[in-house]
Amino acid sequence: MHTLNELKCTFPARSENESFARTMICAFAAQLDPTVEDLADLRTAVSEAVTNSIVHAYRGRAAGLIAVTVRLLPESVIYIRISDRGCGIADIAQAMTPLYSSAPAEERAGLGFTVMQSFTDQLTVRSRIGYGTTVIMRKKMQHGTEQETGGRG
Amino acid sequence: MVELKQEPQKLTAFLSGELDHHRAKEIREAIDFAVREQYPPVVVLDFQKVSFMDSSGIGLIMGRSRLLSEYGGTLEIHNPPPHIRKVLRISGADRLAVIRSSVRKERKKPEPKKPAIPVPEIPEITEIPELPQTEPEQKGTETEHAYAQ
Repeated sequence: MHTLNELKCTFPARSENESFARTMICAFAAQLDPTVEDLADLRTAVSEAVTNSIVHAYRGRAAGLIAVTVRLLPESVIYIRISDRGCGIADIAQAMTPLYSSAPAEERAGLGFTVMQSFTDQLTVRSRIGYGTTVIMRKKMQHGTEQETGGRG
Repeated sequence: MVELKQEPQKLTAFLSGELDHHRAKEIREAIDFAVREQYPPVVVLDFQKVSFMDSSGIGLIMGRSRLLSEYGGTLEIHNPPPHIRKVLRISGADRLAVIRSSVRKERKKPEPKKPAIPVPEIPEITEIPELPQTEPEQKGTETEHAYAQ
């Protein structure tokens, strides 16, 4: 699909960067003048995906990198791809089951994928053991101001 | 990030800022330390000043709910902003704790809870039809026969 705008970013899988990733997606989405609710949904979904990579991907070894690609597609669709080169997920269906967590000791609720699914329009998860995991999300954004002013201009 | 108010029967944790995986650990440790000091019958997590929360916050609620259930304490969630309400709803955390908002609406009569799935109206039964007479004795005998054979 025709890409109108794009952002690529790579950062270490450290928990300090969860907040950075959220700020980044909000800054990128700002060009659409989105509604408060859509923006909150988007940054929560990104927070979940990035946190998953930080918590699980490089467990027991040095933190690797997380690569984020964000695209603005026609009709106000935001495309987000978040990849790591970590351990991979053996059973994606199990990992996506609500309340399942492979890290219960860290008090993970096991709801990351559930939130991603609920807060975006489309979620795709690809993973290969030993090679890493890629999460792709798409969300159509509503325009905040346009709705209020009746879309002038 | 977390400010604790200890009262004889109640511990209130006023949370603030962004509640994510990075910050959850510190908040969790502060709350648990205070809980273990006094084992309060009621623990309140106040979300009024929380600007962001993802499922890490749900993990925090689930963990505290577990801790409180060890000694029979009650967990309450106060003043969640709309975005946090949404996360709570999706996760079903509203079943783990009492959710209260002290802002506005408090004086209004609570709206009757609407079931998620509309329940069809059941017509009133004016006459109870007599149940057809069954003869369990006979059935029993048959079964016995079957076993005996």
